[in-house]
Amino acid sequence: MPFDNKIIIPNENEYLNCIRCGLCLAVCPTYREYKNETDSPRGRVALARKSLEDELLLSTNLVEQMYSCLACLACNDICPAGIKPADIAMEMRHVAEQVKPIPWKNTLFGKLINNPDKMELTTWPLRVYQNLGLRWLVHTLRINKLFPKQLRDLENMLPRQPKQPLRQELPLISRATNQSKYRVGFFLGCAQSLMFSEESAATVRVLNRNGCTVITPKETVCCGTPAAGYGRQDLVIEHAKLNIELFGKEELDVIVTDCATCGSKLKEYAEILEGDPNWAERAKTFSSKIRDVSEFLVSIPLEKPQGKFKARITYHDPCHLKRAQKIWNEPRELLQMIDGVEYVELPEADWCCGSAGSQLITHYETSTRVLDRKMENLKSTGAEIITSGCPGCQMQLMTGIQRSGLNVKVMHPIQLLDQAYNAKEKED
Amino acid sequence: MYPQIFIQLEKIVGKKSVLRTPEDLAVYSYDGTFEEHNPDVVVLPETTEQVSQIVKLAAKGRIPIVTRGMASGLAAASVPFSGGIALVMTRMDKLIELDLENAIVHVEAGFVTADLQTLVEKHNLFYPPDPSSIRHSTIGGNIACNAGGPRCLKYGVTGDYVLGLTVVLADGQILKTGGKVIKDVVGYDLKSLFTGSEGTLGIITEALLKLIARPKYARTALIEFSSVEDASQTVNAILLAGIVPATSELMDQTAINCIEEAMHLGLPTDVAAFLLIESDGVELETTTREIEEIAKICEQNGATKISLAKDESERANLWKARRSISPSLARLAPNKLGEDITVPRSAIPEAVKRLKAISAKYGLPIVIFGHAGDGNLHPNILFNKRDPDQMKTVELMVAEEFEVALALGGTLSGEHGVGTLKRPYMERALGEVSVGIQMKIKQVLDPLNILNPGKVLPDYME
Repeated sequence: MPFDNKIIIPNENEYLNCIRCGLCLAVCPTYREYKNETDSPRGRVALARKSLEDELLLSTNLVEQMYSCLACLACNDICPAGIKPADIAMEMRHVAEQVKPIPWKNTLFGKLINNPDKMELTTWPLRVYQNLGLRWLVHTLRINKLFPKQLRDLENMLPRQPKQPLRQELPLISRATNQSKYRVGFFLGCAQSLMFSEESAATVRVLNRNGCTVITPKETVCCGTPAAGYGRQDLVIEHAKLNIELFGKEELDVIVTDCATCGSKLKEYAEILEGDPNWAERAKTFSSKIRDVSEFLVSIPLEKPQGKFKARITYHDPCHLKRAQKIWNEPRELLQMIDGVEYVELPEADWCCGSAGSQLITHYETSTRVLDRKMENLKSTGAEIITSGCPGCQMQLMTGIQRSGLNVKVMHPIQLLDQAYNAKEKED
Repeated sequence: MYPQIFIQLEKIVGKKSVLRTPEDLAVYSYDGTFEEHNPDVVVLPETTEQVSQIVKLAAKGRIPIVTRGMASGLAAASVPFSGGIALVMTRMDKLIELDLENAIVHVEAGFVTADLQTLVEKHNLFYPPDPSSIRHSTIGGNIACNAGGPRCLKYGVTGDYVLGLTVVLADGQILKTGGKVIKDVVGYDLKSLFTGSEGTLGIITEALLKLIARPKYARTALIEFSSVEDASQTVNAILLAGIVPATSELMDQTAINCIEEAMHLGLPTDVAAFLLIESDGVELETTTREIEEIAKICEQNGATKISLAKDESERANLWKARRSISPSLARLAPNKLGEDITVPRSAIPEAVKRLKAISAKYGLPIVIFGHAGDGNLHPNILFNKRDPDQMKTVELMVAEEFEVALALGGTLSGEHGVGTLKRPYMERALGEVSVGIQMKIKQVLDPLNILNPGKVLPDYME
């Protein structure tokens, strides 16, 4: 064993049973782009095994192969032997971080992302950039054409910034419009509050309208996905405990989130803390209450919107929703209950968009190649709007649409529902 | 290998297509078996011309070249045991021409087989060969191993669809053989020589493939039997009645249990043998009539239960099961060794009986399934590679499996190929005369023995 006893490593049952059939190569977005075994799930499992068995050093290059994985989980799903290559890649990032910690990760995930006040302060320049009209100026004067291509793509990724983060605007309690039937906790994710506040405001309105009194605790911290992605599973545990504690204070029927990524991680808390006797039970209760907003809405008697929303609409499956939470029918159901919506299925709807959180920054070439495939498929639908309940996917799709010069709007499915409800009100 | 070789390779294919970090070498050390050995360098060419230059370079330096596609092979044929160059064809994945008028497709070797099927089916054409690895194997690899699959009984194997090949020879010359003609008797049939040669005679870079009309309808039935004999007898009765089903897959009880455990598809697990029979055709009526006729014959031959897939999703589920058998075996043991011995159809019950006896004798489980119509069986021995005693036992068991095949008038491999795993049995299987001729062919085409050395044929260079 090449590693110290204290270092947490994947269990050998997780990788020894890989029979190397190669089926995962067929579904891996990075393999399909590069056609190189090193970029494949089977390759990553082999590298993990060889490193854990001391056949290979845990070199920078080996660790990089673990970071080149988009964690879309397609390989986990298809492996008939039950191997989870994407999970192994994540765990290997954690191993690397334990062996040789990188200080900035501690600052970013341990001191900034777990503190909503600091997060809002740090993202203030972005809000200024957009809300003072600087972005308009940059685009009108075509200053952005002077940016290097990657920076231009990143700039396009920015959604229209709210003047205020939603966290500061939403009341702790928003009462059900009519009779209150459910007490719903709302886990307002960082990206939703800071970037997509209009979507989460819509989520609360739709919940209120359907008999939910919504409680939004303000001290929620990051769900932990970014920290886990960068090999800091230890910090995820800290985040988990803070969130469990916070929501434990309220009597709630369910806890809803409109972010696919948050939802997938919050549902994982039970597993993350199952070995901790002080937390196992509470974590289990917490995770069992987590619902994606689409999952929750189709499970209750839902008011059919009387208003219309006329548009050709398609839907992209976020990996964190379809594969991590097995939710794909629900958002489609919501979209198709709206009159006027002409729903068209996106080819390869559940193929990763290439976002994977920050892959556009860290692995620009891979990310854009995977994205371009998505855009080809989008083009073929002729849709005017593409919906997806994940801020990461939405930002990535926006970048892709700009890159490919398409005229397609990106929305959260809940916004369509909200607007269909409001359309009715206007007609009244 | 001399360092200047790497520089010269980079000159041919570009820096990004020559890989040699320890990580790259490690992931190109294996295929779909448990064997592994690192190459010295990995090269990913994009044109036939580049392949030709690489081969010339290798010939000059007497460097072994082991060609591979997606490495799903089950005979260790693409494991670079002698080091050298791992020549990876996956980036030669372009469609050169889809000729609808002649129903012929021209592709590069790295084209993924399932993608090819999807492509031609859009035009109502059909490329029948369907190895289980269809989504993770390439046309080049399929041709080099003459891949089969469940549909072979009715439609034949990969080689039956090869009309022409572009092959880079061991001295770097580019050979074009065959063409867009269905009949061609001018000279020796070289394309057949390269088909199934496992990278030992030349490097296939392009292929012209014959397509046929797409059967639009398929009806599938899962039939249960209380003995393998009944199942086997039934297949024969169906064929003698003048019906050629597209597939007739035999699954022994061990196989069904294994899939059910891994995939939870709701298959019955208390039956001795299953046949998965599919009939296909261009008309729904005749296809339905055919499967009904098949059902009748099954009944007459002792079937205990017959289920017809009602719709496409039920059909897909049955197939999902069949295609997943091999990988699902992994759930039962860390390692498996799957052979693909083939016997005359009538000998299947006897072969199954003898295989079970081998399992009982040595105490390691053998899971049996296969293609009943063409006598091709897949006995899989389950074992743990880390246990040296078990490794030795497996070797003895494999040898006995091959004995069973040969004693019943069969052959070592129906579709996986020889690679290194079956190489020691070649002479016993083919006889001295045949092996002698094949060695002479190898000597003519690859006098320096640089193309996939140590595979298929016994050593002769020493």
